[in-house]
Amino acid sequence: MAEVASALRLPLVASDTSLGQVTRDVCAPMEGKPTWMWWAAFLVSSATMLVGATAVTYQVATGIGTWGLNRTVGWAFDITNFVFWIGIGHAGTLISAILFLFRQRWRTAVNRAAEAMTLFAVMCAGIFPIIHMGRPWMFFFVIPYPNTRGPLWINFRSPLVWDFFAISTYGLISAVFWYIGLIPDLATIRDREKPGLRKTIFAILSLGWNGSFRTWHHYELVYLLLAGLATPLVLSVHSIVSTDFATAVIPGWHTTIFPPYFVAGAIFSGMAMVLTLMIIVRKVMRLENYLTKRHIDAMCKLVIATGGMVGIAYATEFFIAMYSANAYEQFVFMNRALGPMKWAYWTMVCCNVITPQFLWFKKLRSNLVVVFILTIFVNIGMWFERFVIIVTSLHRDFLPSSWATYAPTSIEIATLVGSFGLFFTAFLLFCRVLPVIAMGEVKGVLTFGRRTGGEAK
Amino acid sequence: MNNRYVVSLFEDEHDLLAAVRTARERKLKIVDVHSPYAVHGLDAALGVRPSWMSWACAVFAVLGVSSMLFFQYWVGAVDWPVNVGGKPWNSLPAYIPITFEALVFGGGIGMVLTFFVACRLYPGRPAHVPDPRVTDDRFAMVLEEADAGFDLDDVRRLFSGLGAVEVREHVSEEAP
Repeated sequence: MAEVASALRLPLVASDTSLGQVTRDVCAPMEGKPTWMWWAAFLVSSATMLVGATAVTYQVATGIGTWGLNRTVGWAFDITNFVFWIGIGHAGTLISAILFLFRQRWRTAVNRAAEAMTLFAVMCAGIFPIIHMGRPWMFFFVIPYPNTRGPLWINFRSPLVWDFFAISTYGLISAVFWYIGLIPDLATIRDREKPGLRKTIFAILSLGWNGSFRTWHHYELVYLLLAGLATPLVLSVHSIVSTDFATAVIPGWHTTIFPPYFVAGAIFSGMAMVLTLMIIVRKVMRLENYLTKRHIDAMCKLVIATGGMVGIAYATEFFIAMYSANAYEQFVFMNRALGPMKWAYWTMVCCNVITPQFLWFKKLRSNLVVVFILTIFVNIGMWFERFVIIVTSLHRDFLPSSWATYAPTSIEIATLVGSFGLFFTAFLLFCRVLPVIAMGEVKGVLTFGRRTGGEAK
Repeated sequence: MNNRYVVSLFEDEHDLLAAVRTARERKLKIVDVHSPYAVHGLDAALGVRPSWMSWACAVFAVLGVSSMLFFQYWVGAVDWPVNVGGKPWNSLPAYIPITFEALVFGGGIGMVLTFFVACRLYPGRPAHVPDPRVTDDRFAMVLEEADAGFDLDDVRRLFSGLGAVEVREHVSEEAP
C-alpha cells in the first residue's frame, strides 16, 4: 500500500517504526544497566519511603495520639491522604478502561504506566485507613467472617464498610486488568531472553502464552468486558468514598453533590499525576516516539474538562449552601472562605480552578516544562481540596465552646512524605522490570493514521 | 504417532489475512494462527463463532450479586438483627453499593479464571510457539497435512507468492 499521510488523524507513533523496533525500544530500558538518573531517583525515593516507614512504626507503637487530632477535629491529615491517593489512582482506570470503551486509540501508549500508577496509588491509599484504626493488627475485624463475638457481623448499612468493599474490589480488579494486559508482553520478553533466571521468571508469569488465535479471540472479549466492569467500578469507588462524608450530618459534608464532585476531582488529580509522571518517563526512558506531544495534548484537554467540572462543583456547593437557608451550612462555607483556614481554601481554588485555564492555550500546552509545573500545582490543589473539606467542616462545630484548630505533627507529615516515597519507589521499580508501554497494543495501532490514509483499521 | 505440519511465517498482518482466506478456499486444515497482537478481521477470515466469555462473565456476576445480597439480608435481618438508627432489618437500599461491588468482583474474577481454564493458561505451562518471533514481529499460520493429496511444494509456492517469508515443515506429535 502506498504511504499516505492523513490530514484527519495524526499517527499515534511518531516515527515510522517496524513491529520489531517497538519491541526493541520498549525493552531497551529494561535490559541495559540503570542510568545514574534512575539510581538518583531511586535512592531519594526509597530514602523517603524509609522516613515514612519509621514514622508509621512509631505511631503504631505509640498510638495515634502522636497526631495533631483533637476532640473536635477527629479526621484530618490521614483521611485527606487516603482520599488524595485513591483519587490519583482513578486516572489510571479512566485511561485504561473508559478511554478503551470510547475507542480512544491514543491510550495504548499510556495505559500500562497509568494502570501501574493506579495500583501503587491504591497501595498508598490503603495504608492510611489501616493506620487510622489505631490497632492495625485488628484490621481483619472489617471483614465479615464467622467469629467468637456472637457471631456479631459488621454493619452493612455503614458507608465505611462499603468503602472497604469498594477499595478492595477496586485494587483487585485493577491488578487483574493490568496483569491481563501484561501477559502478551511478558511472553514477548520471554521469547527474547537468553535462557536463565529472567527467562524462567517471565515464562512462569506469561502462563505459556503463545499468541495463538484461539487465545487472542477470547482475550479480546475478556479485556473489553473487564473495561466494561472497571468503568462503573471506578465511578462507584469515589462515589462511595464521598458517602463516607455525605451520609454524615456535618454541615459541609451533608450534600448530594458529593459523589459526582468527588469523581470529577479524582480524575482531575489523577490525570495531573499521570502527566507529571509521563513527562519524566518519556524523557528519562527515551520513549518520545511513543509518548508523543499528542498524548500530552489529549491529557491536558482532559485536565481542562475535569478541572472545569471541579470548578463548577465548588461554585454550586457554595451557592446551594447560601441558598439553603440553613444557618449552619452558611456558616461553614463562609468560615471556609473567610475563616482561619482561608489560606487552605484559596490555595485550593487557585490551584484547581485557575491553573488548568492556562492549558486552553496551545502554546502553553505544547510546552512540557509549563505543563509539568501546572500539573504539580493541580496535585497540590487537589490535596488541599480534601484537607479543606475535612478540616474546615469539623473545626468549628455546633458548639462554639468546642471550637478548635488543627495542625499536623511532624509524624503526620513524615507519613505523607513517606507515602510519596513508596509510590515513586514502586513506580521506578516497575519501569525497570516490566515494559512501560503495552507493546501488544501499540503494535496494533502502528499503522494508524499512516498507511491506510487515516482509516482506523 | 507423528503428524506433519506446515508453518508459514508472514511479516504483515494483511499478508496473513490473505493467506488465511486462501487456505480456507483451498480447504486446507488450519490448526492455528499466531500473532504478536490481536489481528482484526481474523475471526471473520477463519469463520469462528464469537467468544462465549460474555456468558461466563454474566453467570459469575449474577452469582456474585445474588450471594452478596442474600448474605447482607441474612446478616441484617436473620442471624443477628441490630437496630442501627431505627433502620429496618432489611435495609435494601443500603445494601446496593456492596452488591454492586460483588457484581464487579464476581464477573471480573470469575471470567478471568474461566479464560485461564478455557485457554489452558497456567504458571509453568510450556509455551508452544511455532517460531520465537511470533510474540515479537512475525505472524504464523500452522496447517496440518491432513490427507494424502497434500502437496508440500505446491503449498510452499502458494504462500510464498502471498508474501510468506518462510514456509517450513514441522513433524511432531502435537501442533507446534
